[in-house]
Amino acid sequence: MTTSNNESALQFKHVIYSDGATPIINNVTGFFPKGKITTLVGPSGAGKTTLFRLCNGLISPDSGEIIVDGKDINEYEPTELRRTVGLALQSATMLSGSVYKNLSMPLTLKGEILSEEKAINLLIDVGLGSEYLQKNVKDLSGGQRQKVSIARTLVNKPKILLLDEITSSLDRVSQQDIEELIKRINNRSEVTIIWITHNLQQAVSIGDYTWVMMSGKLIESGESSLLNNPQNKSVKRFVQGEIE
Amino acid sequence: MNFLGLALSLIFVLIPIVLSRTLNLGLERDTIIATVRSIIQLLAVGYILTFVFGSDNYIYIILMIALMIVAATQNARKKGATIQGITWKLIGTFIFVEILTQAILLGFHIIPATAQYIIPISGMVVGNSMVLSILFLNRFTAEVETRQDETELILSLGGTPKQAVQTSLITSIKASLIPTIESQKTIGLVQLPGMMSGQIIAGADPVQAVQFQLLILFLLLTTAAVTSIMLGFLSYPTLFNKQMQMLKIREDS
Repeated sequence: MTTSNNESALQFKHVIYSDGATPIINNVTGFFPKGKITTLVGPSGAGKTTLFRLCNGLISPDSGEIIVDGKDINEYEPTELRRTVGLALQSATMLSGSVYKNLSMPLTLKGEILSEEKAINLLIDVGLGSEYLQKNVKDLSGGQRQKVSIARTLVNKPKILLLDEITSSLDRVSQQDIEELIKRINNRSEVTIIWITHNLQQAVSIGDYTWVMMSGKLIESGESSLLNNPQNKSVKRFVQGEIE
Repeated sequence: MNFLGLALSLIFVLIPIVLSRTLNLGLERDTIIATVRSIIQLLAVGYILTFVFGSDNYIYIILMIALMIVAATQNARKKGATIQGITWKLIGTFIFVEILTQAILLGFHIIPATAQYIIPISGMVVGNSMVLSILFLNRFTAEVETRQDETELILSLGGTPKQAVQTSLITSIKASLIPTIESQKTIGLVQLPGMMSGQIIAGADPVQAVQFQLLILFLLLTTAAVTSIMLGFLSYPTLFNKQMQMLKIREDS
């Protein structure tokens, strides 16, 4: 792959983050190419979710630099950074109430109003019909919640979208649905997508680029096909299912 | 009532002790400690009040109120140990509520500016403010803990700390105010309030006693609302840092 650092949406330079004495992100340097889908894989406890929380500004690194769209994250207002780097989690946490309340939340926080028409368009965009608008989120299935969660994150028009294991608890059909949705979002709006997944097949089929993390370190990165023929011994063992 | 009458009233302490013993409730020791403490504390207060009322010096009034605030803070701060600087936040709240209520009472000449009125009413204001603080802090720390996902969701969508804890804050403020409002709805129907009963037993005109009781009830509404709202707005910023990140909840509660 010829992508240079100039074309990166998100760049890490010697980033360290510890929780007390335990290093969780251990001197990570690397980049995520602009407008592409990067899949992020690694065994449990590799620091993948922590990496996302650093990107979204929910936590700050102990040292090192994180560059978002050419600008150091410290130069952003926290709220601006979080709107630029959207985050959707496996838990798809919903605010109690209707789907509309959830979709309009990002604009409500800015003191703006999301029109019903726009909300319906968003729902259609993620493969849900207008009949879902006034539904209570309690009545949604796991897949539907996940779609609402993604649509809600998109309301902020993020340049980078972080997806944390969003399909891991879904059935095969919902999983394919979401995969198609993410590809569509990426093709249409050129949003840079970073997707944490434990499904290596998905990581190869969906990703243009892949990061493999282990014990808080970036072990290997490159085109997603690297997972078919890893160079690093640990990565090889991980791909073969010897490390979970 | 004379001291013989008071001694005989200990029968009412003996009954729960005997019941606790019989049913193995294990509350005998606490009941005895509570009884001894209440006798010593109230008798001491009785003698101190006699001295203060007689001396006619504002310094003693201020000292008495300061003592109440220190005792109330000491009691309430344990419930908010997870919130940074809770001691000063409580002291600030109690002082503010006390000044606000006394300013209205004395400013509009609702009560005379004498120790006989200022001290008992201050006791009710600070005591009620303390109970409200405990109710609020209990609920608020629990809400913040159980709603962590929701709080982080709102932050991650670009919300400010205030927006992120708004639900927890509003729920806790409302929950702490409900007992005060509810108890006022049934007052007089189920039981006569303690202060009013005391005045009537002491021989005061019942209508006069009711007027004073109403004053106290209205006063306590303000006390309740101002305490929980002020404490809420002083407390929530300490849960976040300058980068609008949620701080870990301290575990030394």
